Amino acid sequence: MSLAAPDTAPGRTAPAPVLRAESLSKAYGPITVLSDVTLDIRPGEVHAIIGENGAGKSTLMRLLSGHAEPTGGAMAMAGAPVAFTNAVQAEDAGIVLVHQEILLAPDLTVAQNLFLGRELSRLFAVDDRRMNRRTAEVLAQVGASARPWTIVGDLPLAQRQLVQIARALLDDRKVIILDEPTAMLAHDEVDALLDIVRNLRAQGVAVLYISHRLEEVEALADRVTVLRDGKMIGTWPAADLDQRQMAELMVGRELSMLYPPKREPATAEPALTVEDLTVDHGRITGSFSVRPGEVLGIGGMIGAGRTELIEGLMGLRPSQAGAIRVNGTAVAKPGVGALMAAGVVYLTEDRKGKGLLLNEGLGPNLILQAMDMINPRLRLDRKKEAAVVRSAVEDYDIRVRSLSIEAGQLSGGNQQKLLLAKVMQADPSVVIIDEPTRGIDIGNKSQIYRFIDGLVRAGKACVVISSELPELVGLSDRVLVMRGGRFVAELTGGDITEQNVVYAAASSGKDTEGRKRA
Amino acid sequence: MSSAEIATLPESEGFRIRWGDLAPFIALGVIILLGTMINSNFMSANNMLNVITRSAFIAIIGVGATFVIATGGLDLSIGSMLAFVVGIMIMAMNALAPSLGPWAIPVGALVALVVGSLCGLMNGLIVTVGRIEPFIVTLGTMGIFRALITYMTDGGSLSIDRSLRAAYRPLYFGDFLGVPYPVIITLVIALLGAFILYRTKYGRRVTAVGSNADVARFSGVHVGGVRTMAFVIQGFCVAVAAICYVPRLGAATPTTGQLWELQVITAVVIGGTLLRGGKAHIWGTVAGALILEVIANVMVLSDMVSEYLVAAVQGAIIIIAMLAHRFTSSR
Repeated sequence: MSLAAPDTAPGRTAPAPVLRAESLSKAYGPITVLSDVTLDIRPGEVHAIIGENGAGKSTLMRLLSGHAEPTGGAMAMAGAPVAFTNAVQAEDAGIVLVHQEILLAPDLTVAQNLFLGRELSRLFAVDDRRMNRRTAEVLAQVGASARPWTIVGDLPLAQRQLVQIARALLDDRKVIILDEPTAMLAHDEVDALLDIVRNLRAQGVAVLYISHRLEEVEALADRVTVLRDGKMIGTWPAADLDQRQMAELMVGRELSMLYPPKREPATAEPALTVEDLTVDHGRITGSFSVRPGEVLGIGGMIGAGRTELIEGLMGLRPSQAGAIRVNGTAVAKPGVGALMAAGVVYLTEDRKGKGLLLNEGLGPNLILQAMDMINPRLRLDRKKEAAVVRSAVEDYDIRVRSLSIEAGQLSGGNQQKLLLAKVMQADPSVVIIDEPTRGIDIGNKSQIYRFIDGLVRAGKACVVISSELPELVGLSDRVLVMRGGRFVAELTGGDITEQNVVYAAASSGKDTEGRKRA
Repeated sequence: MSSAEIATLPESEGFRIRWGDLAPFIALGVIILLGTMINSNFMSANNMLNVITRSAFIAIIGVGATFVIATGGLDLSIGSMLAFVVGIMIMAMNALAPSLGPWAIPVGALVALVVGSLCGLMNGLIVTVGRIEPFIVTLGTMGIFRALITYMTDGGSLSIDRSLRAAYRPLYFGDFLGVPYPVIITLVIALLGAFILYRTKYGRRVTAVGSNADVARFSGVHVGGVRTMAFVIQGFCVAVAAICYVPRLGAATPTTGQLWELQVITAVVIGGTLLRGGKAHIWGTVAGALILEVIANVMVLSDMVSEYLVAAVQGAIIIIAMLAHRFTSSR
């Protein structure tokens, strides 16, 4: 990788920064999530911040916009030191964050939303006429077709996103921070949004632009700052980087010995074949298959639709499938029960919210899913339940101080093992695991990787959804990358690298040159 | 963990008294003690049996309500449903009496059980298929059942045929080896409820749905089916209570069962069942029903507090019970 030196020293010709962060750090207790970030934001520039999930982008944005207070470092605006203890102070200083999620009251009108908490009034009554007029101006500025008196809940998502941006523009701003503004937008809407951003730049506003989509960054940004694992890698002029190089800078680390050695390529007939699965009324579609003895990884950015696709397969969301076959037998309809009976189980990514009954003991959790298989009769067999608990604790190495402990009292790693043990009670031939090691420590991680390896070597098929690239690369025999609700790339063998996954997940995918070069 | 290590693990975390679970029984004991001190007649076998018998209705309906509440639901229609089922049963028995004679009673009771279960099924299906809050659904059916019984009685009362009274009367006033029939029926229903809730797969699914419906759904549990079934159990229990109720007064009126839903929910909640679902105590509900009736009885027997204030004291009890629960569980 040959790159120009990072552009950290401000050039002589560059305009004075409107906002400067000096060695900014943030720690929650002993855990540092962001350390030593030094950043210049100049008026009239689009400054892109890129990094993997968890690289610290959101934290940085929250610090700059007063939503969180730094634990180290300093900020200055136009040379004068500033410190914000809340978002209102930052907004008063001219810095506003436009959130990724839509934070609007759906039952209020556009104008009411824009002026929420700062309504204009005349005597004792709100002055709707003045607010509607001002709203119309701002909406025109962002090119939104919505009218001031439209109820926000009636607007399509893209228009709501524009309303949210319009709200940020209501007062004069020096710095606007856009957090993944295009995550919810369709293609032509994205183009319109990019024009709005260019328009803001022309007006001298500094725009901080956070995005996963590298082609947008390439098309829009003047400078690019790369974050990785909470640390700043550097700032470059956007003209010096192509999408490929951005992806490499975002990843930039090596595989550890955390992962079991890869297996021989699987050749058996697929254990699970899914054809033309359509989820959420067409927003997400996909076909895939997985063979016995194979780990199929599904990669992609958060929000690409991976979890939704599998939840659709399991009938947990509105979905339709062209065909589902498990070990050669057709399954008529998506559904947890039907697929479990055929031999497919799914471990949710949300173990506390959707996976385990936190107030119940080990037994009720372990037998909940496969209850009819473990216990065919109407009456519960308590001896059998106790035996299931004992063997699960032994086989999955769930560390407990007593067998009557509640699931909520276990550590994250032990909860994850309990969840794994729970779905394995159904004796599946295909195991689909969503984020197998989210939020658990390294020792438990490596144990879970070895469980997965053991399952696959025993002839089961495994699908792993992971947002952690090293994990995806380290575990998978084959990787499908999802982007915008579609599979956009399939990687096998030596092509399974973090760079290739990021590239496929984040770029437009038109430039196939980059993939071959790796 | 190795099997050797597991073998040494304690099966439970030692002998630890769960005060929260025992609270309703302790409270019942304290109130009985108070009653004994206030009036010597209180402890007489006669008075005691009387009180227990009268609490049977709330206890029987409460067993069903425990199921509904354990799944995270709520049924406000039970008082009106009772009146409606009583009305239908009396009409059925009266219509059958000329042809069947005393056999009209068991056939009428069977009709009541079917009608009660269907009423519960209706509540359950509207809640689950229609995806409407149980509070709203049962608020609606509460009004419907109440209006229907008022219509059926024509605003007055609907009495059971004279020819049936003698044969039917013992069901409420009779006893077996000294134990009144309503008490035996309550025990049978509570035992059955406890068996279903604690010892069957369905019961396990009830608590799973109540403690986290998403977890249940992701585990392949038919959440709607489990919820609907709880409403059916509730309707069945209401019908059983109706069968015991008719011989007591022999008639249905527009005020039959009025405000019973509040008493039942109070009994369930002070019995230790969580209103948000997930934790259910059948025997706690029975104790809760007894507490309500004993308090009323103590107040009637004592001269200190007017019996007009019974509802106020019962209302205070539910608040105190919840505060006590908050206090014991936050430690």
